[in-house]
Amino acid sequence: MSQENQANWPLYEVFIQSKPGLAHKHVGSLHAPDAQTAIENARDVYTRRSEGTSIWVVPAEAISASSPDDAGEFFEPANDKVYRHPTFYDIPKGVKYL
Amino acid sequence: MNLNEAKLQFVTSQGDDALILSHRVTEWCGHGPELEEDIALSNIGLDLLGQAQSLLNYAGELEGKGRNADDMAYKRIEREFKNLLLVEQPNGNYADTIAKHFFYDVYHYFLLLDLKNSSDEFLRGFAEKSIKEVAYHLRHTSQWVIRFGDGTEESHEKIQTAINQIWKYTGEMFMKDEISDFLEKEGVIPNIDALKAKWEGKVREVLNESTLKYPETTFMAKGGRDGIHSENLGYMLTDMQYLVRTYPDAKWD
Amino acid sequence: MEENQLLEKFQEKVDAEIKVEPKDWMPEKYRKTLIRQISQHAHSEVVGMLPEANWLTRAPSLRRKMILLAKIQDEAGHGLYLYSAAETLGVDRQELVEELLSGKAKYSSIFNYPTLTWADIGAVGWLVDGAAIMNQVMLTRTSYGPYSRAMVRICKEESFHQRQGFEIVATLAKGTPEQKEMAQDALNRWWWPSLMMFGPRDDNSPNTAQSMKWKIKRKTNDELREEFIDRTVQQAEAIGLTVPDKDLKWNEERGHYDHGEINWDEFYNVIQGNGPCNQERMKARRDAYDNGRWVREAAKAYAAKRAAKAA
Repeated sequence: MSQENQANWPLYEVFIQSKPGLAHKHVGSLHAPDAQTAIENARDVYTRRSEGTSIWVVPAEAISASSPDDAGEFFEPANDKVYRHPTFYDIPKGVKYL
Repeated sequence: MNLNEAKLQFVTSQGDDALILSHRVTEWCGHGPELEEDIALSNIGLDLLGQAQSLLNYAGELEGKGRNADDMAYKRIEREFKNLLLVEQPNGNYADTIAKHFFYDVYHYFLLLDLKNSSDEFLRGFAEKSIKEVAYHLRHTSQWVIRFGDGTEESHEKIQTAINQIWKYTGEMFMKDEISDFLEKEGVIPNIDALKAKWEGKVREVLNESTLKYPETTFMAKGGRDGIHSENLGYMLTDMQYLVRTYPDAKWD
Repeated sequence: MEENQLLEKFQEKVDAEIKVEPKDWMPEKYRKTLIRQISQHAHSEVVGMLPEANWLTRAPSLRRKMILLAKIQDEAGHGLYLYSAAETLGVDRQELVEELLSGKAKYSSIFNYPTLTWADIGAVGWLVDGAAIMNQVMLTRTSYGPYSRAMVRICKEESFHQRQGFEIVATLAKGTPEQKEMAQDALNRWWWPSLMMFGPRDDNSPNTAQSMKWKIKRKTNDELREEFIDRTVQQAEAIGLTVPDKDLKWNEERGHYDHGEINWDEFYNVIQGNGPCNQERMKARRDAYDNGRWVREAAKAYAAKRAAKAA
């Protein structure tokens, strides 16, 4: 390992929840020696203007992603399954709470 | 002794600590050891500047001559500054900076914790707000002390040297005089001996975890609280006050 | 799929304004262009901290000092967002930083000019950030997803930068005679270098056509420069300052200002390292990197020890 690599901090992906109740959203990445520091750095880097209520960090190398080449077989089969969406169903006028 | 005057001394010294330390922090800006750390340090600097501004505004009120925080920062001379010698020490390497901040942060944290119960209304409110900021400072710097202590051989040696060298400036935080006795009696500030005990406890705990030695030296330098500083302060003020003094009639907002 | 088929599909996608994402197929040259451009942009943010930090200890009021520190901190953040975006293209930040330090990678030449007076801090915010924003707003619509998203974030945060700069200059312009002179002097020195920030003229910018086709860039150098001049001249007039260009004249027919010729010799000289502060800026970055190495190493070594203990 070169001298430079010994000093090089790993990459973490950062997810921020902007308000309680909302999902955590990917905002970017940063380098940190460990997860705890990554959280603290994320606070300083990505929430300087009170953008967040909660932070997740994940080592970038731990993320597996779907391949864009498979996007067709992955996502298109869901396109015709309209019955998964509530607007698919006809509800007689005047019926509430459905 | 006049309570107002005693408060003025204390509030000025606290405001000057924050102001002078923030000045040192700004010297790091753009030169930090890693981008993420540069950003973290700037956050600390901004907190300190904000604290300095409210304390020095309050000091101006207590003084009653119509001066605000800017007047206090930009129009006093060396002998009128009451900050600790500790905070005006040069930045040195990153271990020197961390050691300086760590010792101050432990003091700052426990002091604010007690000031939340001060008999002075402004100080209570100020402590309530600032304690959150300072808790973060303390966490940040104590983690660096631990990382350096228990990191590489080189970092261990650097932080131990830094601690040993700056140690003599830590005693001034706990020096007592008739003003501090009076303020304690009036419930404005906490008991200094108790504060010192908490400081020593926390410092020992962190140094222990860092595999670092708690310095044995007992000699302690003093003077800052009486306005007798190291040669450093004059240069810092020359920098800070240059524009305001060169153009006395100008406004900068 | 054949390379030319892929290329065709890629272009269709870009034309349809569908963002390109990190794992999508992209032409090697697109990837290389982006790495170069995004990292240059990131380096500029980081080097750009230096001329402004030069006045932090001398800021003339606590309010100004806080604003300036917060602004420079933002620049560090923006550098970081941009390195992040570049890293999605399969390069490591460290490689990019080393390219900067070896002199292989460039950064915006404007930061090789010195900040000599407090008014320069105003001029940097007003003119330099002003010019940068023109470019950045355009880049929020760039075709590469992570770059575009970083830009959206940056633009949101940048909006206060130009305002604070203009506020500094405006305050000086209505101040004492010395202050006004300071403001005019700063405008005189920063005007032309700011115009150079948009890069060479279109007829002398060989990469523009391809970048426009791939929608990395959406406007040409000259278009952006013109927009900037139109806006800024008005702002200068509003505070009683004079733009230092005797050929500057409103052209009714074009609906834009005509302006004097930029000194392109100076432009290329500064790029080649002969600006007033090239050496100082690089030395500062190199020192920060070298002096920080043991710090980064220690943090990493400690993290490894802790991980080993936990296992």
